[in-house]
Amino acid sequence: MSGPVRSDAPGASEVSETFEFQKALREAFWAALVALGLFGLIVGLKTDQTLSNEIVLKPRPGLLAAMVGAVFIGSLLRNWVVWNRARAAMHRTASGSRIDMQKVEQIGLPAFIAFLSVFPVIVIFTAGWGSVPKWVDNFGILILIYIMLGWGLNIVVGLAGLLDLGYVAFYAIGSYTYALLALHFGFNFWLALPVAGAMAAMWGILLGFPVLRLRGDYLAIVTLAFGEIIYLVALNWRDFTGGGAGLSAPRIDFFGIPFGAGDTDFSARFGLEHSPAYRTIFLYYVILVLALTTAWVTLRLKRLPVGRAWEALREDEIACRAVGMNTTNTKLTAFAIGAMFGGFAGAFFGARQAFITPESFVFEQSALILAIVVLGGAGSLVGVVLAAIVLIGGSEILRELEFLKPVIGEDPSKFRMLIVGGGMVLMMLWRPRGLIAARAPSIFLKERKMIGSENVKEGHG
Amino acid sequence: MSAATATAPNPLLQIRGVKTYYGKIIALKGVDLDVNEGEIVTLIGANGAGKSTLMMTIFGNPRAREGQILYQGQDITRTETHDIAKLGIAQSPEGRRVFPRMTVFENLQMGSAVPGMQYFNDDLERICTIFPRLKERLQQRAGTLSGGEQQMLAIARALMCRPKLLLLDEPSLGLAPIIVRQIFEVIKDVNKREGMTVFLVEQNAFHALKLAHRAYVMVNGLITMSGTGKELLADPRVQSAYLEGGRH
Repeated sequence: MSGPVRSDAPGASEVSETFEFQKALREAFWAALVALGLFGLIVGLKTDQTLSNEIVLKPRPGLLAAMVGAVFIGSLLRNWVVWNRARAAMHRTASGSRIDMQKVEQIGLPAFIAFLSVFPVIVIFTAGWGSVPKWVDNFGILILIYIMLGWGLNIVVGLAGLLDLGYVAFYAIGSYTYALLALHFGFNFWLALPVAGAMAAMWGILLGFPVLRLRGDYLAIVTLAFGEIIYLVALNWRDFTGGGAGLSAPRIDFFGIPFGAGDTDFSARFGLEHSPAYRTIFLYYVILVLALTTAWVTLRLKRLPVGRAWEALREDEIACRAVGMNTTNTKLTAFAIGAMFGGFAGAFFGARQAFITPESFVFEQSALILAIVVLGGAGSLVGVVLAAIVLIGGSEILRELEFLKPVIGEDPSKFRMLIVGGGMVLMMLWRPRGLIAARAPSIFLKERKMIGSENVKEGHG
Repeated sequence: MSAATATAPNPLLQIRGVKTYYGKIIALKGVDLDVNEGEIVTLIGANGAGKSTLMMTIFGNPRAREGQILYQGQDITRTETHDIAKLGIAQSPEGRRVFPRMTVFENLQMGSAVPGMQYFNDDLERICTIFPRLKERLQQRAGTLSGGEQQMLAIARALMCRPKLLLLDEPSLGLAPIIVRQIFEVIKDVNKREGMTVFLVEQNAFHALKLAHRAYVMVNGLITMSGTGKELLADPRVQSAYLEGGRH
């Protein structure tokens, strides 16, 4: 739009591209110069204390050069690649997004499920039993928990269009329900799971009632407050929740058979050598089934009148009333069903951690889950998967990059939120409507046609 | 049904002394209005006169603070909005308000929620004969339709509710004269052929009065004049206030 004058004549395009590269180079140079000026004193010099308590200045030319270099390269890439492509996209007709979203959903989803169901086997055969805690637990289970949370929140945010900033509250309610039921009544995971879901759904309805009249920003604030209230209650009601010291919860068992080293435990009964890896692998399949159930229910609901009603509600509440829809009930069901899956995930989390504290249910978690839904493209199941892999897998990989520690002087995993933020900004540049930004009509005449994001209002998935 | 100019008026909708407020501000100051079965009744008035408020008040959103709204003799003043729709009143709200990201087909399905999906196929066929343009665009997103097509869709969606009373709020808003004429033609046709009662709120006074069996004029939240469409068209006060330059 505000770029340099660009000639569309075929002969001129090469000339203008060289011209644009020069321009990008120039802009990158200036950006690097500004960065040098800014970082020169902030990063380039470090104050250090000597043993005799004197402050000395330590120059750090290497780090300074690296940062200025990063700014230069980043600026060059941004000007040359991103903006150029954005301009090119504007010249394309609205008909074609390059990725065929239909194929992604059609082929991608079954292939992905197949991959997930053999993932632990692949890990064992390629990396051995020793790597099960790392790959299956840290990567597989953790990512699946967030995929499930993302899919659950997707019902509220993606389908019904109700912005929920306190989704982690339902996750917490699920966890605490499981831990407390186990503590006081000796429930095991399988008995507590439905109760945890029902409890979360009930709180979803309780939250839903007062906020029914609210929309948009106001709804977001109330849900944010709800998330904080649950966190603070968990933190301060020491007699009931154990406060900051947390609660211990029983680990998951194999339908009544514990994964211990004893004679009647899982490995002994099945004639296997005792290993904690069995529990991890079992946990993996439990969360896989839970997550896939969430997806399956979402897909089914989308085809039912209530799913259609949610989508209509997201688009226009007044129009919904005009066609005689009970908007109150529609919103409540969205809240309740979304919350229920959060509760299931929470109960699973308790069974995996065996110990829960309020610190697992802070606002950052809500933000992360919401980021997964938004990055994925609100309403898209595959998008949520991709976003969860990138955000959760990405931050787990950061933990692995120990060798970077001497280079940047800090633990790389501390930069996790920075990466999330950077990812968000890049997303807004490249795909402002999410990774998978298309909606397929749930009912169609001859063929299912996806509708690309080009024809959609900004910020509407 | 042989409706049109009914000899013995059979009131379908009776509005009695309705007062509606937005907070402390009064928008309707005691409105009396009747819509008889089989009629097209038009309400004209300037911007901010309260026309759309009356339309929304019939639907219970906002609620009338005083007065009574009777539909087929039944008091619906305090009835829930979605229950009002179930009684057989359908509304095409101001500004069209189609569901932009859903296809035309899905929009029409939303309209079928009240009578039930068993009527859907028949109704769809009926809509396709009334609006051949929509038939061509069934699989297209509503948001990509032109303004006139969106208005047709809004009316079509209301018709899918199988209403006895059709409420239309400014169907001519922002449309080219030729499209306006088409849409008014459809309204007339639906009324004549199916005997559907229509309550039309309009700023485009000339066309609306020509179409109407009876009409009301609203000024500042009060009905100031009423009569047949022809009477009001000929009335010099109406002409000077609403029809100057309005003939297109």
